[in-house]
Amino acid sequence: MTTLSRRGLMAAAATLPVLWRVEDAIAQGVQPKRGGTLTTIVNPEPPVLHIGVNNQAPTLIVGGKMFQGLLRYDAQLKPLPELAKSWEVSADGLEYTFHLQENVKFHDGKPMTSEDVVFSIMKFHMEVSPRARGVFARIKEGVAVNPTTAKFVLSEPFEPFLLMFDVTVSAIVPKHLFEGQDFRQAPAVARPVGTGPFKFAEWQRGNFIKLERFDEYWKPGQPYLDAIIYRVVPDSQSRRLALESGQVILTQSNDIEPFDVPQMRARPNLEVKTTGWEYMGPLMWVEFNHRVKPLDDVRVRRALTMAVNRDFIAQRLWFGIGKPATGPFNSSTRFYDASAKAPGFDVNAAKALLDEAGLKPNAQGVRFTIKHMSLPYGEVFTRLGEFLRQAFRQVGVDLQLESVDVGTWSQRTANWDFDTTINYLYQYGDPTLGVERSYVSTNIKKILFSNVSGYANPQVDELFAKGRDAADPKVRQEAFSAVQKILVSDVPLLWLMEMSFPTIYDKKLNNVITTGAGVHASFDDVFLA
Amino acid sequence: MELSRLPAYLAGRLVKAAIVILAIVVCNFFLIHAAPGDPASIIAGQSGSADARFLEQLRAQFGLDQPLYVQLWMYLKGVLTLDLGFSHRQQASVAALVWDRLPATLLLTGAAFIFAIVLGVTMGALAARRVGTWWDSIITVLALAFYATPLFWVGLMLVLLFSVTLEWLPSFGMMSVGVEMSGIGKVLDVGKHLLLPALTLGLFYVAVYARLSRATMLEVADQDFVKTARAKGVPEGRILRRHILRNAMLPVITFAGIQAGQLIGGSILVETVFAWPGIGRLAFEALLARDYQVLMGVFFCTSVMVVLFNLITDLLYAVVDPRVEVS
Repeated sequence: MTTLSRRGLMAAAATLPVLWRVEDAIAQGVQPKRGGTLTTIVNPEPPVLHIGVNNQAPTLIVGGKMFQGLLRYDAQLKPLPELAKSWEVSADGLEYTFHLQENVKFHDGKPMTSEDVVFSIMKFHMEVSPRARGVFARIKEGVAVNPTTAKFVLSEPFEPFLLMFDVTVSAIVPKHLFEGQDFRQAPAVARPVGTGPFKFAEWQRGNFIKLERFDEYWKPGQPYLDAIIYRVVPDSQSRRLALESGQVILTQSNDIEPFDVPQMRARPNLEVKTTGWEYMGPLMWVEFNHRVKPLDDVRVRRALTMAVNRDFIAQRLWFGIGKPATGPFNSSTRFYDASAKAPGFDVNAAKALLDEAGLKPNAQGVRFTIKHMSLPYGEVFTRLGEFLRQAFRQVGVDLQLESVDVGTWSQRTANWDFDTTINYLYQYGDPTLGVERSYVSTNIKKILFSNVSGYANPQVDELFAKGRDAADPKVRQEAFSAVQKILVSDVPLLWLMEMSFPTIYDKKLNNVITTGAGVHASFDDVFLA
Repeated sequence: MELSRLPAYLAGRLVKAAIVILAIVVCNFFLIHAAPGDPASIIAGQSGSADARFLEQLRAQFGLDQPLYVQLWMYLKGVLTLDLGFSHRQQASVAALVWDRLPATLLLTGAAFIFAIVLGVTMGALAARRVGTWWDSIITVLALAFYATPLFWVGLMLVLLFSVTLEWLPSFGMMSVGVEMSGIGKVLDVGKHLLLPALTLGLFYVAVYARLSRATMLEVADQDFVKTARAKGVPEGRILRRHILRNAMLPVITFAGIQAGQLIGGSILVETVFAWPGIGRLAFEALLARDYQVLMGVFFCTSVMVVLFNLITDLLYAVVDPRVEVS
């Protein structure tokens, strides 16, 4: 343990001054340079490259270079112009008007107009993407006022509406290539055509995806890079070697295992950043199945929460990539209330609570036995399961680990066929968009990412509904503060960590992370010094 | 071998092969569908959000809303007309997906196969010739080490040495991407990429062939006809080639037949470690994603290969050893 922490400290000490230097350099205005190819990794290889038709993380990262949304968001989730250069919201919060950039072209040379915007929002994403559908169903009317103005009228106010226009949610697609066809099987799905700075060039399955500079891109002089090549490298150790040996100069998302990150931090030519996930705001937790006794007892759930040292998980399993969770909201999610805190690490109090719940230890010191289905998304989750077994064992709870593959995990979690498992969900910056779904009783469904734990509290339902429908942010804050206080007392789930993912790149690469969506951005400003 | 009996023999074998392959297809179908989870739920899981309509749409599109026997019938009808189906997950025909990946795998496994046989038999012959000397000891120890070391570890160590430390060879992929190259440059580039994975894949088989050929050669070397040859003054090298090696080849051919059958499916691990864009990885990823059509397509190709190589092996016996007859 001492060696570990010392190594971590050294790595941290080594990174700090470097971080400053690069930031300073950008502030001092290092001149962007044209040219060069960025070679990076895509993992896992996506089945389909068209954003919207497929919404897996790798598709969104690669697709984010070929497509664009109306808006982008900074790390505080403030909207920034992208395809929309400005926008207005009417006083009653019902009408949203977007003024589009001029001279924007699709990769096939056709101009992008408000017709494409209305089509993308009202037809395309409504049809293919369940997440967009959930929100865009509130739009009463979408109008192309003139070629550069699009207006959306809501049937009732929806305050988080402006958060829905990132490329990862509602990319603008060409109407002329999709209208009248099956959106999932149109030829444009195999050869994506967007407005982004890079256009699709070649995809050799199992090998690489190549994107080329789009010469008619609407920002003058951009993009700076000639091409981006995404290599498919399925093994995590091979990915690490590829980065170390300079065969790729950027890795993102799950490419590098957390336990390999300290060594990457120690390399002088590499930069490690964990920012750029604020827009997604993932939160990880232990999913309790409330239908399994004694997990229905709030005292048991509180005790298990107190048995887990969340700092240890963030520092020793994830090596500082992520922060210990304090409750049901990621601290980057809007309306996060720092005063609502889940019970802290306290083994003795946990034991006392379990005694109080009538769960006395037997001769072997075991109070009860439950199963834990490991999340099959990499080595680190297996280690997390092992850590939880030790932690629960300390308070007399025997956790039995089960290993499953992705298909089995998806099916059993969706069918409530588990005692405990790990899950992490994006919160998309707003409690209505990404938190509510895990707690309200109306969303107890046999579908992934619904309220699979089976937690039900009428007060919670009511407060989430109030926060969702209120037009006034102040009213929403009140409702969401109240709901956070109830949730940290009910502990329906064991919140573990506000997740992030390491973006690691060669220092000659500039402007990699500039927004709250990090590597999903268009990279039109990325350049090789 | 009586050539006149060959056509009838071949016809009989082919009919049997067709029945075996059909049985394999049906077994595979049920095995795959018995695995928990389906492609729709996996796509939903990977997309981070889902609703009932989304799952319904996907299942209808994939044909999963049909009863299982209908799905099996549709698939069998396809296979009988040599149509391996369509992967809705990847929006591509299975035949195209498999054909795209097949050359890479054949190149890798073929190179490993040749490397293993040539080096393995040479090592075995050398050890048998100098049995009991330090040559023999070194070869035996080496073979044991190759035999006992896990593939992925060998791969990683080779990468560590040749790619990271020495920087001689690339650590992953099949070719350099984004570099313009002439014909010969391209061949050399692929060759450089091929070296480490082929070595990794081949080492295990080198060990097998070395031990196998050493043992059988020692056995044959003790037999009377070898002593006779030696007594009548045949030179040692000729004895080794004409009398011993040829007679010792039968077990080696048997094993080579088995290895050849695995040429398609047997390299998942190496393809993964070296990011080689082959068919083993295609199958493995299809398995994890429950991409039924692709998985069954790869299984189909693999079983055809195995049956084919069994047939070739049987014919080869007859060529190498005239005492063996086809019947």
